[in-house]
Amino acid sequence: MSAVLQNPPVVPRQESPGLWQLAWRRLREDRVGMISLVIVIFFLLMMIGAFTGVIASDWAKEKGVSYANPSFLAGAENLEARAMAAKGEAGKVAPVDLSDVDPLAPRYKEWEERAAKISVTETRRAETLPFGGDKWGRDVLKKVVKGSEVSIFVGLAAALLATFIGTMLGAMAGYWGGKVNDFLEWFYNIFTSIPYILLILAFAAVATATGKFGKGILPIVLVLSFTGWTGIYRLMRAEYIKHSSREYVKAAQAIGATNMSRMFHHILPNVSHVALVQLSQHTVQFIKAEVILSFLGFGVPVDMVSWGTMLAEAQNELVIGKWWQLFAAGASMAVLVTAFSLLTDSLRDALDPKLK
Amino acid sequence: MTAYVIRRLWQMIPTIFGVILLIFFLFNWVGGDPAQVLAGKISNPEQIANIRKQLGVDEPFWYQLWVFVKQVFTFDFGRSWSTNEEVSRILVTRVGPTLTIMLPVVFIETTLAVLFAIMVAYVRGTLTDRAIMIVCTVAMSISFLVYIIFFQWLFGFILGWFPVQGWSESFVKNLLTYAPLPIMLAVFVGLAPQLRLYRSFFLDEINQDYVRTARAKGVPERKVMLKHVLRNAMIPILTNVGISLPGVFVGSFLLEVFFSIPGLGREIITAVNRSDFPVIKAVTVYLAVITMIINLLVDVMYKWVDPRVSFK
Repeated sequence: MSAVLQNPPVVPRQESPGLWQLAWRRLREDRVGMISLVIVIFFLLMMIGAFTGVIASDWAKEKGVSYANPSFLAGAENLEARAMAAKGEAGKVAPVDLSDVDPLAPRYKEWEERAAKISVTETRRAETLPFGGDKWGRDVLKKVVKGSEVSIFVGLAAALLATFIGTMLGAMAGYWGGKVNDFLEWFYNIFTSIPYILLILAFAAVATATGKFGKGILPIVLVLSFTGWTGIYRLMRAEYIKHSSREYVKAAQAIGATNMSRMFHHILPNVSHVALVQLSQHTVQFIKAEVILSFLGFGVPVDMVSWGTMLAEAQNELVIGKWWQLFAAGASMAVLVTAFSLLTDSLRDALDPKLK
Repeated sequence: MTAYVIRRLWQMIPTIFGVILLIFFLFNWVGGDPAQVLAGKISNPEQIANIRKQLGVDEPFWYQLWVFVKQVFTFDFGRSWSTNEEVSRILVTRVGPTLTIMLPVVFIETTLAVLFAIMVAYVRGTLTDRAIMIVCTVAMSISFLVYIIFFQWLFGFILGWFPVQGWSESFVKNLLTYAPLPIMLAVFVGLAPQLRLYRSFFLDEINQDYVRTARAKGVPERKVMLKHVLRNAMIPILTNVGISLPGVFVGSFLLEVFFSIPGLGREIITAVNRSDFPVIKAVTVYLAVITMIINLLVDVMYKWVDPRVSFK
């Protein structure tokens, strides 16, 4: 037995691609998915730009005349602006001369001199704006950009929180089973036995009446996520039931991994693709819900602009023929929602090719 | 069968109790003292004192819970905090207009969606199918608000085919004059998502073996689709309609707000605006019960649609 065993030729170790790598590869081949991804990223950049103040920070400036026409409709008549201008002119009638009765009359001259020193720059209001103006002459295009910040942020934040709640509860119910599962299922049944929209309104009623859910956009984020976690919970629970009896989890138990470690270190990465698809789906759903809630006045506060508050203004504008705000807010939302839904479909296909 | 129904009814009890607890927690515990909620909304201190006494705000929480449970089971939620109308009266009078709108909507929408879906599923994979699916996806992404604002303006204001908004005392006049535009809008908006969903249900069935068998033995195409496929696809469709039925009672609150229809949906929005908790509490609890009963009825109907289903 002196034969020298020859070492096998060294084969460079090949990394087998992981789930995410494979998914990314599949997603890249999906043309619709990639285009949607680009659009969604564009909107996200727009949101970040508006948030940091790089773009549209001056959205609240009243730059144009009331209901300024869009640039491509420069010649169209604008009765509202003319009415406002006429009102302004009428207001400038010389005041009645009271100098013979006014005890302060001797100081008129001094005041006039002092007033002359202060330079009031009356900015000329533009007749047209790139995509028209609203009632106060604010640029609709900038409002849409600023509104996207609020709408997308609310959608994303609420979806993140809902996914977190759903995943945590789902993991507990699916992994522990037994009493924990019974309790959480009861909890789930309570939430789903109330029609969804009614549940949102009930939470919104308490949020608006007491202000205990915080200020600004926090209440709407909390309301949407506290009511919207149920679907995610159900899916994650099913995944955890499926995975907790798998061999790799048993193996982890055998080497002494704690329950926590098994739940979140071992199983979670293997089911996170389900959570990602749900996150994406719920973002779309919550963006739509935010628009409706803000329209009804239960959403973002009045001093903020979101697509919902823009649509609320647009309702009255359409009657006097000013369609651009409705179009701008409606179209930008439709583009984002379409892209996001298509991206969700592509993500699902890419992450779980069996489903196709 | 009877045993199944009884067991299901028995199982509802913990859920109903849970709903009561949730609503109690939300409105009485998170909501806090009505005196604070109503500050600035009701100026009459006597009325606030009455409300506090009725809810037992100064008593321990189990007493308040007992008050609430009693309210639920005696159908007596007292009076609205803002209009002083009896809550039970509000519910009873507002359901009519909502159903006048929503029942036709569900009926027309389901019929149209099933018809279109079976047609689209039949020509699956063709250009027509793909084009319709793209149109549906785009149509679904436009906010319901935009549709309402635009069509109310177009048909009510510009073309003048329908009244812009309104409601009358007479049922016939409501149904024929005021309801058509909201019904049309709801059907139009609901059609796209349902068409997409039902198409996938039909596609699942079309590829089954029994369809091939039916064709092989020479059953005409029309009969294959309308008898064999439709019957089998009815189960998921029925589930879907069942899920949407409880919503019929809330109605499309957006439509009711826009067309000023005095229904439950608009009442809820007004109640949220005015922090009129008794109204919201009553609607939520009773609708939860209705939802559970409808779910049970849908499950029983499975048996009727599909004799293979057995109740365990």
